[in-house]
Parts: sequence; C-alpha cells; structure tokens
Amino acid sequence: MTLLSILGVLSSAIFSGTSLLYTTLGEVIDERAGIVNLGLEGVLLVSASSGFAVTALSGNPYLGILVSILAGGLMNMILGYLVLTRKANQLASGLALMFFGFGLSALIGKPYVSVRIHSLGRFILPGLASLPAKYSSLFKFDLLIYLVIPVAILVWWLLFRTRWGLGVRAVGENADTAYASGRDPRRIRFQALFAGGMLAGLGAAHLAIVYTMNWTEGMTAGRGFIAVALVIFSKWHPLRAIAGALVFSGAVAFQLLLQSSGVQISSNLLDTLPYILTLIVLIAWGGNRKHSAPASLGRVYQGSE
Amino acid sequence: MTKLAETVNRFPSGGQKVLQTVVRYLLMILLALFMFGLILLIAGKDPLASYKDIFSSTLGSTRGFSEVIVSMIPMLITALAVALPFRVGLINIGGEGQLFIGAAFATFGALTFSNLPAWLLLPLMALLGMLGGALWAFIPGYLKAIGLVNETITSLLLNSVAPKIIGFLILGFWHSPRDTVKTPSFVDAARLPTFFGTRIHLGLVFGLILLIAFWLVMKYTRWGLEMRAIGSNPQAAKRNGISLAKYLVIVMCLGGGIAGLAGMVQVSGFYGTLFPNFSMNMGFLGFMICWLAGADPLGIVLMAFVVSVIYSGGNLLQLTRGLPYAVINILLAFTLFIVLARPTFFKGKKS
Repeated sequence: MTLLSILGVLSSAIFSGTSLLYTTLGEVIDERAGIVNLGLEGVLLVSASSGFAVTALSGNPYLGILVSILAGGLMNMILGYLVLTRKANQLASGLALMFFGFGLSALIGKPYVSVRIHSLGRFILPGLASLPAKYSSLFKFDLLIYLVIPVAILVWWLLFRTRWGLGVRAVGENADTAYASGRDPRRIRFQALFAGGMLAGLGAAHLAIVYTMNWTEGMTAGRGFIAVALVIFSKWHPLRAIAGALVFSGAVAFQLLLQSSGVQISSNLLDTLPYILTLIVLIAWGGNRKHSAPASLGRVYQGSE
Repeated sequence: MTKLAETVNRFPSGGQKVLQTVVRYLLMILLALFMFGLILLIAGKDPLASYKDIFSSTLGSTRGFSEVIVSMIPMLITALAVALPFRVGLINIGGEGQLFIGAAFATFGALTFSNLPAWLLLPLMALLGMLGGALWAFIPGYLKAIGLVNETITSLLLNSVAPKIIGFLILGFWHSPRDTVKTPSFVDAARLPTFFGTRIHLGLVFGLILLIAFWLVMKYTRWGLEMRAIGSNPQAAKRNGISLAKYLVIVMCLGGGIAGLAGMVQVSGFYGTLFPNFSMNMGFLGFMICWLAGADPLGIVLMAFVVSVIYSGGNLLQLTRGLPYAVINILLAFTLFIVLARPTFFKGKKS
C-alpha cells in the first residue's frame, strides 16, 4: 500500500461521504428537537430528483442545488404536519414519508434518466496546488465539499451557542418544561425540521448533481438509513458526525483498495459495517445513559391547550 | 399508554359506531384518491382512466382479485409480526430484517434438503424460517430486556444488515450456475401448494390461522391477559409477579419468528427462488399496516387488503400509462398520510 493509494482512499471517502455528512447533520437537528425522521430516504430521493431535474432544465447547477435544499425542507414539513399538528406517530409517519418519496421522485425523475448535466467546477486549495500532479489531482474538490466542515461547525454553533439551539435542545429533552419556560415546542420543532430538511436536501444535491451527476430511481440506496445510524454513532453531536461520516464512507473506499491489492472481502459484508459499528457503540454506551438520546426523542407532544 | 387508547378508538364496536367508522374510512380513501388524481393530472395523465385501470385490474376480475389476495399474504403476516410485540409495548420495526433472515434460513433448507418429500420439507422450511426470524429478533429483544438498548433502534439497524447478508450468501454460495444474482429455482417439493389454479398459496392459510390464534390468545388466555397487562403498565405487571424480561424476549422472538415465516412464505409460495431485493419493503409495509389497524387482527386484514389493491393496481398503471411502477407509492403514501392525520368528518365526534 503506497501513500498514493491511501490518499486515494481518503479522497474517495471525502467525495462519497459529503452527502452523507450533510444528511446526518440535518438529522442531528431533527433528533435534537425530539423528532426521528425515518423518511429521510424519501426526502433525499425527492430532493435529488427535483434538484437534478432543475439543473438539467436550466443548465445551472446552483439553481438545482437551491431547489434540492427547498425540496428537502418542504418534505420535512409534511412530516411536521403529521407528527406536530396531527400528533401522529413519528415512526409510522416517517415510513409513510419514505414511500411518498419513492413515488414522487420516480415521477419527477423519469424524464431525466441518463440526461447529462453541467455540474460544479472542481478546484484545489491554493496551498495544495504546489504538490505533484498525481497527488494534487486527488484533492480537487467542489464547493460543496469545501463547505461541509464549515456547515458542521455552523450547526454545532447553532445548536450549542445560540438561544435558538438552546430552545431546540430543550424541546428535545422535555417539551413540557420547554413550554413552561415560555417556548413554543411545536414552532421550534417545525423550524428544526425545516432546517434539517434543507441540510438533507443539500446532501442529496451533492449526491445527484455534483458527485454522480445523474439520476436513477432509488439512487440513494439506503443513505437515509445510514444517516440515521450515523446520528446515533456520533452521539447526536454535529462535530463527531464529521468523523463518523469519514469512517463510514472510508470503509467503502478502503474495500476498493483491498481488492486492488488482492485481498478478497465481500463488499456486501463490508457494507454492514456502519450498522454493526453503531450497534456495538450503542451497547458499549448502554450503561452510560448521560450521553444517549435526547430524552423525548420519538414522543408525541400532546400540547398544553 | 395513549397508543392503546387510540387503538380502541379506531375500531369501536357497536352498530352505529361501526357504520361511522366504515364511512369515515371510505371518505379517507376517497380523499387519498382525489389527491393522487391531482398528481396524475399534473403529470399529464388522465386520472379517471387510471383509476378505471387500477380498479378493473384488481377488483374487476377473478384473476385480478386473486392477485390482490396473493400480494396480501406477506402483508398479513408481517403486520402480525409487529402487532404481537406491540401488545407488550415493544415497537418491532425490524420486520424487514427478520423477513430477510427467515427467507435465508428457509432457502438454506430448500437447497440443502431438496430430496426430501414435500410433507417433510415444507414444515422444515417453515420452522427454519421462523427460527431465522426469531434469532434476528432475539438481538433487540434481549438488549431491551436487560435494559441496555431500545428495541426500536436496534431492530431498525438490523434491517439494513440483513439484506447485505442475503446478498453475500447468494453471491458467495447459493447462486445458480447461470445467474449470479439469484438462487436456482426451488424443487417442487419446496414450493407451497397453490389453490384454484391461481397464485394464491398455502401462505394465506398460515396468515389467517396466525391472526385468529393471535386474537384468541389475546382475548381468552392467561398469556394474553399478562401481555396486555405488561403493555398497559409494565411496572404494575412486574409487581404482580409477571416476569417482564422473559416476556419481552419471548414475545419479540415470536414476532421475529412470524416475520421470518413471511420470508419463507414469499420464497417458497410466491417466488420459488431467493434474490437480494425480493422483499419489496414488505416488512415496512407490515409495520404501517399494523399501525393503521391499531394492531387489531380484523383491522390488519382490512388494511392489508386496501394496501394490496393499491400495490397490485400499480402494475397496470405502469403498463398502460407509461408511469414508473414506483409512482403507485404516492397513492399508498397519501392513504397513509390521511389515516395518520386522522381527519374528523363527523361534527361533534371527539378527536
């Protein structure tokens, strides 16, 4: 294994992990406010297909990304309506949203299967440009990749250093107490869901418009569920999610490296790694409840009227 | 336990209330059809003609109707796999994974003991399927019972693991010589018998018997009483000498075993082979159906029927309207959204 191949793994992990990280950050916000979004898979699909369609129609990837972000936020509003306004069960509502996403994205995306689009340009950071070409070509990234770490920091800052974030976390821990201290749990949760949906939309935009540059039905291939697992893996913390996303996507990239150096390992089994790691982490923390989930995660807030 | 209170409300007994419930559900379905019609209209398709296609292809002919029943079978069983643990307050969202592992175990039986006669092989496969599903459910059940991890999260995570294991087994060991993405076709002895010259198979009988047994056990036996006690107040049940941990593990494993049986029924009764994405989200659909039916056996049959009509109708929509098959998920989702949102059509009815 040469330095070059290791850097290659890192590079492809960054490419494939970016959409995962955006999505995970979105789900961190949702879950911090006490809402599990099992419909993430559907949100991603609708965002990806609508953003891709707009990019193909307008020829402007930025417009497509914007549409993806909006679509993600709006999809989460459906969940918000069901679980907040109508007080429906979160898991069932999330799954319903997933099925909706399967259908709607197939309808939106159908005319754009195998359409070619112009995507974002890739550039290299000034400091790295002096590297030999074979290295520097590995680190030519697009704008969304460069933005993902700042966005993670922004999410951390929002959640832990602002009044809004305090409200989100308070509502996620105990909606009744938050209400008693003068906050409106429903409104805060709607805001959190919209923000989370926009981030998921950004992840989907990176996947469809920038990274793969195409649309196929069901292209997210379980990324929504990986993100739900990643949120747990990173203990509902946006900065730990960075490491988590890198580990998860690195495992897939690593497998390609192993194969090229003659080691045979089933890609199927390697794909189970994110989930098994998360499971192990969960069991390891089992005794230590302090760091586990927001206390009212998944509960229906009955309101105080 | 507001959940259980909801359950009771959704399927009330008594003449007038039954009528009201029926009318209410009909209105909800009409609303879903109307919303999906708007989507079709926006997509440039004729909604009325599409609905005519959907209903004439499913309810309009004996053949179509039999296909509805066929696709109902796994939904009945996977919904029950959620309903049983639900009664003790466990949320088993892992039906999808349990179904996969059950199918894998049953396939192992079908491929290994293919020279056994059907009367021996089929029960063996059914047992293996249940064993597989039960093992997969044991993990979340046990972790919950010892108070370590919530069963919702673990069963959800294991859902994503199971299909990968199936993929590994097929690609590595079981694939047929001609085709690397599925197993060889099962021998006739490993296929569940079908009836009336249709594709309706013995799995329907499995599903109905299990649903009736579930209803009887819950209503008339000590176990049912104890399970309801745990479901409504685990602490009180514990003080009354009910062994909570034992119940949680056993009931979760039973639920998993039932989901595993659904996997066996699909590979043996419907496909006659195993391939990676054979499930078509049946585990998740079962969860939805159970939830919509409030874990009530009769409600499960009704809801499975509705979902099944929608899904079977989607096939024709794809053929005649040039829409992707997945589009039918929109109609399904609208139905789910509306039932979840619990609209009130009758004035003065308490919500």
